Amino acid sequence: MSHVVIIGNGISGVTAARHIRKLSDKRITIISSETKHFFSRTALMYIYMGHMKYEHTKPYEDWFWKKNSIELKQAYVKTVDTSSKTLHFTEGDSLQYDQLIIATGSKPNKFGWPGQDLKGVQGLYSKQDLDNLEVYAPNNKVCKRAVIVGGGLIGIELAEMLRSRNIPVTFLVRETSFWNGVLPKGESEMLNRHIKNHHIDLRLNTNLKEIVSDENGKVKSVIIEETGEETPCDFVGLTAGVSPNIGFLKNTEITIGRGVKVNRFLETNIPNVYAIGDCAEQQETVGERSPIEAVWYTGRMMGETVAQTICGNKFAYKPGYWFNSAKFLDIEYQTYGWVFAKPKEQHNHFHWKHPDDTKCITIEYHKLTNEFKGINTFGIRMRHEVFDKWLSEKRSLEYVIKHLKKANFDPEFFKSFEKEIFTTYNKQLTSI
Amino acid sequence: MSLAKPDAQDISSKQKIALTLGVVGLFILSLALLNVDFSNRGWTLTASLLLITEGVILFANDAYLKKSKGIKNDDVWFKSLSSRGLLGWLTGIVLTTFYIVLYFYPHLLGLGKDGNPNTGLVSLFDPLSNLLSGNPASQWFVYGTLYTVAILVFGYKFLLKYRHNRYEQIRTISVMFFQLAFAFLIPEFMARLNSDSFNLPYYDLKNIWPLNYYNFEQYRVDDFISAGNIGLALLIFGVISIFVITPILTYKYGKRWYCSWVCGCGGLAETAGDSFRHLSDKSLKAWKLERWLVHTVLVFVVLMTTAVIYTYLSYDPEKYWLTKGIFLALVAAFLTLIFTLVMVFKRKEFGKDAQYGAIGYFVVIITLIGMHYFSSDTKLFLLEAETLRASYGFMIGSIFSGVIGTGFYPILGNRVWCRFGCPMAAILGFQQRLFSKFRITTNGGQCISCGNCSSYCEMGIDVRAYAQKGENIVRSSCVGCGICSAVCPRGVLKLENDSMKGRINPTEVLLGNDVDLMDLLNQK
Repeated sequence: MSHVVIIGNGISGVTAARHIRKLSDKRITIISSETKHFFSRTALMYIYMGHMKYEHTKPYEDWFWKKNSIELKQAYVKTVDTSSKTLHFTEGDSLQYDQLIIATGSKPNKFGWPGQDLKGVQGLYSKQDLDNLEVYAPNNKVCKRAVIVGGGLIGIELAEMLRSRNIPVTFLVRETSFWNGVLPKGESEMLNRHIKNHHIDLRLNTNLKEIVSDENGKVKSVIIEETGEETPCDFVGLTAGVSPNIGFLKNTEITIGRGVKVNRFLETNIPNVYAIGDCAEQQETVGERSPIEAVWYTGRMMGETVAQTICGNKFAYKPGYWFNSAKFLDIEYQTYGWVFAKPKEQHNHFHWKHPDDTKCITIEYHKLTNEFKGINTFGIRMRHEVFDKWLSEKRSLEYVIKHLKKANFDPEFFKSFEKEIFTTYNKQLTSI
Repeated sequence: MSLAKPDAQDISSKQKIALTLGVVGLFILSLALLNVDFSNRGWTLTASLLLITEGVILFANDAYLKKSKGIKNDDVWFKSLSSRGLLGWLTGIVLTTFYIVLYFYPHLLGLGKDGNPNTGLVSLFDPLSNLLSGNPASQWFVYGTLYTVAILVFGYKFLLKYRHNRYEQIRTISVMFFQLAFAFLIPEFMARLNSDSFNLPYYDLKNIWPLNYYNFEQYRVDDFISAGNIGLALLIFGVISIFVITPILTYKYGKRWYCSWVCGCGGLAETAGDSFRHLSDKSLKAWKLERWLVHTVLVFVVLMTTAVIYTYLSYDPEKYWLTKGIFLALVAAFLTLIFTLVMVFKRKEFGKDAQYGAIGYFVVIITLIGMHYFSSDTKLFLLEAETLRASYGFMIGSIFSGVIGTGFYPILGNRVWCRFGCPMAAILGFQQRLFSKFRITTNGGQCISCGNCSSYCEMGIDVRAYAQKGENIVRSSCVGCGICSAVCPRGVLKLENDSMKGRINPTEVLLGNDVDLMDLLNQK
């Protein structure tokens, strides 16, 4: 009976384990140094805000693993010896594998800022990060102000978390507008206003120069690059993106770049060693997708795929149309297909925004053929299935706008805006 | 591993004032309970209820109107009241005690015995009862008034909390209306019609058998029949409510039309109980217990009702066509019809549960046959039908639905009765699972397994377990409150009535992955 060892108990590793168990009776071991059981990383924010407790973030009850004979080992892998197929742990013990899946996820980016390793300076990724947050920012007496560096999805979640405990937040964003590397102007600017409405001190065009320490090695203040202004604070959140968590592979035979290099079958350069999820770097990118995708569902899909390959049914990782979602304070966001911050060459954007400034959509389409390329939707829920179908059918912009009602996924009795959107569309059409 | 529980945010000074008002209102009631005699009961009661109402309204205004529209669950697990802390336990003990007194020692509330005038708390409600029905108050009138006030004021709070969500708002206005009109006002006005020759039983029209387990007891049926056409119409309405109206509405909308839009128990759970919805047990164990318990109660109530009706019917077809024998045969035929239909058309969906269903069915049928052969006028086997009725009333009607069901809100969550005990919910759930267009649709591959849906499901359904598999949620216990959909940060869940085809859609791989892989694994 061959032994599959999975490093990392996040969504990628656990999905792989579940599917391998469904397909085979191989021995399966999942290793994690973070927590004993799989929990949903995306729910860390809700623990801090008091919506949930840690135990609620576990998608499977604790008996699940034994019942499905999936062994769990809480340990930290120091290095991998691929020639003898052995993992060495920091505690000194080791483990043999026949097939190895690397699913170690990400770690927060640090860009060499002075003071970035001080106490009270951290990202928000792991359970340990959450524990530390409780130490350095439990309330607004211990933490009189927090500074967040980096305007992405984790940054805004961290801001929402801290605000839920009435901690004043200064939010440093390098870009001219929030997340405008990804979002078109209209959406990004709507979010700027939404962030400010939530009493978050949003500073655009602002870079961090330095984090200043007090006499105990704890953060005391930050200094802003552009103005030299010093802002006193008790906590600094580093949320300028994440990168693959693969430090332990440095002196191994496994080829790494920014992530673990894999081919379309999620195989590394070493036979029987695979990498999936946030830590995998595709040698050959898939469509417009980036070579490293740190997204929940891509981790899950890679887990589903690699399980097939490992169980003898070799499958390439071939994700379908891009989609994603997020929530910015009170505004939900979904995207299907590709909408770029600036329309791609030959492409155009159709934009509609509700006067209440919390709902809008942007559709990217081809200028000449009018083919629908993708949609961003804020404050209106849409159906994944419908857009997946429309993308396959290469529907036109007009078709999508006329049939938008079919894609609506808002709860019953919600006000719908298809008419307004259609009117806006017609006006823009006649004005061209 | 575990974190020390962070402190909940302090409440604002406005909220403190609001709390004080509410507590003063409750204090007046407790003074009455201690037999303090107020000179003007009408005004005292008005003042007390207004203080409570005003307190809740001010509190809710300050808690929600100052903040932006959206999900408001901050600090839920830090607050003592809503996280089984000291306040939670104290509230649970006070509520439980109240229910025990209400059901078993109503004289402690001041109910006048043997025609004596009321004293204490009950007497405080006399003026209001006189105004509505022309009769002095009973302990049930006191309870009904407080119950209605609770649904109205906490309904208001709920409306503010979910003011971004029209489904929640309309649903809540519906339960507030049904409680005020159908459960409270109409029966009181109906009592005004009563005279020596005409006596309608107290009838909350939306309270359907078997939730209303006593609806077909002899004294009520006698009353109905003696009250001429109106009475007969009400009796017939009682029968078609469960056999015609319920199946049609449940087929079209799922059991939510009743459980979270109309029902009084559901109404209280959704309004006053909203702060405790996350306390329901989501474990698989709890689910197994739920299924045994709720169906056992259902079997119990069917047998009990059959026995009670059986005892007051006659043997003689000359007197009335519906004799004991015919009645038992009708019950048996009806159950057989249901059983056959399910086994023929839905056996596959029923899966392993088919065996349990079959066992349950045969137990009932054998009991019915036994009833026929081994019973006397009042006895079934050796048990008096009255004993059966009384023990149901005590164990299920009082202890389960009241003392545990509501008293334990702050400990076990707000839907303990609805989930583990309510036979009406069992019937509706059975229909919802097998013959309904209702489901909660999962939105493709968008789920991130965060678990908000499961956490806030008051029925203890592990919604995430379905959502993360891309599978629709079709569960008999779902009352369609819509909170899972509301709290989902990624827009994954939607309550819908759609065609029966493809309603249950088990998947191996979710939408978004390789089309070939999906085809390979999902086509079964």
